[in-house]
Amino acid sequence: MVQEAVFRVDDLRKSFGPVQVLGGVDLELRAGAVTVLMGANGAGKSTLVRIVSGVYDRDAGRITLAGKDFAPSTPAEAIRAGVVTVHQNINDGVVADLDVATNLTLDRLNGKGAPLIFNPRRVRREAKAVADRMGLSIDLSASITDLSLADRQMVAIARAMAHEPKVLILDEPTSSLSSAEADRLFEVVERLRARGVAILYISHRMSDIRRLADTIVSLRDGRITGVFEGPELDYEGAVNAMLGKKVSAGEIVVQTATAPVLKAENLQLAANSRPFSLTLGDGEVVVITGLVGVGKTALAETLFGARQPAGGAMTLDGKAYAPKTTRQAIEKGVFLVAKDRGENGIVPGFNIYENISLPFLKRISNFGVTNRRGERNLARTQIASLGVVCRSERDEMNTLSGGNQQKVMVGRWLTQASRMLILDEPFQGVDIAARRDIAAKLRASANGRATLVFLTELDEAFEIADRILVMSEQTIVGEHRNAGINVDKLLAEIAGQHQMVG
Amino acid sequence: MSMEQSKTSVTVTNTAQTAPGMSAREIAIKYGFLVLLLGLILFFCISTNGFASPQSAVFILQSVSITGILALGVTATLVVGGFDLSIGSVATTAMMASSYVMVVMGGDALTATLVCILIGIVVGLINGFLIVYMRVPDLLATLGMMFLLVGLQRIPTEGRSIATGMSLPDGTVANGTFSPAFLALGRHRFDLILPNLLPVSVVVLIVLAILIWFFLEYTRFGRMMYAVGSNERAAALAGAPVNSYKISAYVISGVFASIGGILLAARLGRGDIASGNNLLLDSVAAALIGFAVLGAAKPNAFGTAIGALFVGVLLQGLTMMNAPYYTQDFVKGGVLVVALVFTFALSQRKR
Repeated sequence: MVQEAVFRVDDLRKSFGPVQVLGGVDLELRAGAVTVLMGANGAGKSTLVRIVSGVYDRDAGRITLAGKDFAPSTPAEAIRAGVVTVHQNINDGVVADLDVATNLTLDRLNGKGAPLIFNPRRVRREAKAVADRMGLSIDLSASITDLSLADRQMVAIARAMAHEPKVLILDEPTSSLSSAEADRLFEVVERLRARGVAILYISHRMSDIRRLADTIVSLRDGRITGVFEGPELDYEGAVNAMLGKKVSAGEIVVQTATAPVLKAENLQLAANSRPFSLTLGDGEVVVITGLVGVGKTALAETLFGARQPAGGAMTLDGKAYAPKTTRQAIEKGVFLVAKDRGENGIVPGFNIYENISLPFLKRISNFGVTNRRGERNLARTQIASLGVVCRSERDEMNTLSGGNQQKVMVGRWLTQASRMLILDEPFQGVDIAARRDIAAKLRASANGRATLVFLTELDEAFEIADRILVMSEQTIVGEHRNAGINVDKLLAEIAGQHQMVG
Repeated sequence: MSMEQSKTSVTVTNTAQTAPGMSAREIAIKYGFLVLLLGLILFFCISTNGFASPQSAVFILQSVSITGILALGVTATLVVGGFDLSIGSVATTAMMASSYVMVVMGGDALTATLVCILIGIVVGLINGFLIVYMRVPDLLATLGMMFLLVGLQRIPTEGRSIATGMSLPDGTVANGTFSPAFLALGRHRFDLILPNLLPVSVVVLIVLAILIWFFLEYTRFGRMMYAVGSNERAAALAGAPVNSYKISAYVISGVFASIGGILLAARLGRGDIASGNNLLLDSVAAALIGFAVLGAAKPNAFGTAIGALFVGVLLQGLTMMNAPYYTQDFVKGGVLVVALVFTFALSQRKR
């Protein structure tokens, strides 16, 4: 029995300036079904959600809700029409300083017909009705700040449900929940599905998807690349469609490591995760891939001393290595090009050369006095060798394109020799040309250090790696030499099917 | 220093408007405030008698010396992205403490000075501790400290000012005196062009201004402090001990404020409970006006010094043109608002 779609998106397009984010997206949501939307970073998921929830305007395309045109110009309008979104950041959905009851009824305090006087007893009564309908068992007088993340998420969803929506959009609702907490969320989602709500569920977590999905839609580079439905969902195909599989083999000459540099024994990233061991060798480029949220950044930060492991030991060049701070890691020659350069890398008040010299000021300075000439020379060398497009090394960072900013961030850590260079999602928001430049530079300079790159996109991994390791649920589940790779096995490992086999 | 514009191997083709040097708007942003200051000085020189004299210049410097020193200290906290509202009360606490040490306890100038500086260090450490480890927002932590110090400085004398011959809470009379060496800090004048021209406080201001300017602009510590203020997370991931830098900034601020307090006590020659009310606002204004100097759009020591000078020149000039004293705060506020518009609306650095 195929049910008619209550919510339909046709040929939705959106560009920001010259960058096309959505290039004609078609999507159908059916009542009483969970449609999972999968997409890597930058695929356009957030843009899609924001257009549907009335935050952004669309450039072109048509959206219909129950057969009628749906064109919200504000979030409030979308909600009134019956399309409710629970955003990824839980704290956007609740007001932390108020109690649960007030949060559940918050939307009734605004708008037409809202009573002038705040009556706590009535608020409690209405809140209780909302909570009961959702099967929510949280103390209504508790303050949001005292609740766990999962409970806050429940309150945010219950609050959304108080509008009696026809369509509910959940944007990565489990991204900060434990698995027990996620189970409670799933029960709520299943209850809503049974009540006939059309649910769009955005997630990367395979466990969520297996549990909930009636349909899977894969989004890649602003286009739908796969729709999977029916009784037996093709999870691997969905991951494949999301990541793309344009294997560009033969472009690189795969190197083997000469000598081990870093060894990790029984490393444990979280208290309940499975320990794993890892050896990274001199001269090789190792890529660790895996879906978002499987612990890639946690591993990068652990190796760099920005986070402490829950267990296990590491050695660097045969000597014990347990950095307590990033400074200790840097002094031992372990460098990290952090992900989200805007947040973790760029100092916006500094120009190019000041950004490049930042970690090594101590080495460049004479008795604490900075040596600007030396800094500028270092920067000029990096600008030339990476091909940073700029007027001079004194340009401000915000005058550079994303790709050039990233070149500066990578160049920063190439100014000094390292034993291990870690790059976490170095190609995020980087155009293809810049990506090739950076990858070529990393491979060309790989001798003399171990290079470890964390990547979600498989294309990128194939472009740069000698070896590819797969992470899933905070541990390493697969290893491949980047030559004649068994892509199906790799995808199965990424999708978390290693456990079913083993 | 060579100012050559070094071209790199890869160059963008520039559009004509930015090609040679800067646009008119950029020049206006960069030099607008300095031109305004020079224009102001010129205007007062022409329209008043006696403005253009060494004595007048020294008077202006002296009038801004204490607020200038405090402003330089608060600049350090602004650099790390913080704020220090306790500077005014640190200064007055130092003033009261030095008076207490000399007048009541009979200590000498050195002891009094050291006690004051110690107070500055301790307050800075406590501020830093509250902000870094107790996670109290900077404005609130230093506001609390301000209150605490305003109250604390009154307790030993039960709220009375300190002067030789005052009666103490236990009924005895304080016989100590301000030591001449200490008073010299506030009253001695060095010979420069004219005999007895340059007061000690102005020399201290200039020395501290050069020190903090050099520290912030030319040492790696200063650079890292700017990095911490601009993107704390990025600085931490570049290996900077972010917490130490933040606490250091508050210690610098505390010490500068206590030096200001020492000079205030030396100038007044007594521990006056009612003085120093305007210190906080004046010095914060100077530091914020400094954002606009040279289009920096960020806290900087040179700008702070110019900011303090700007206010001093304006007030001295207006006073000589017989503007009533009660218009002074209004004028300062006006200058501050204009400077802030300069910083945030005209220069687009931040966005």
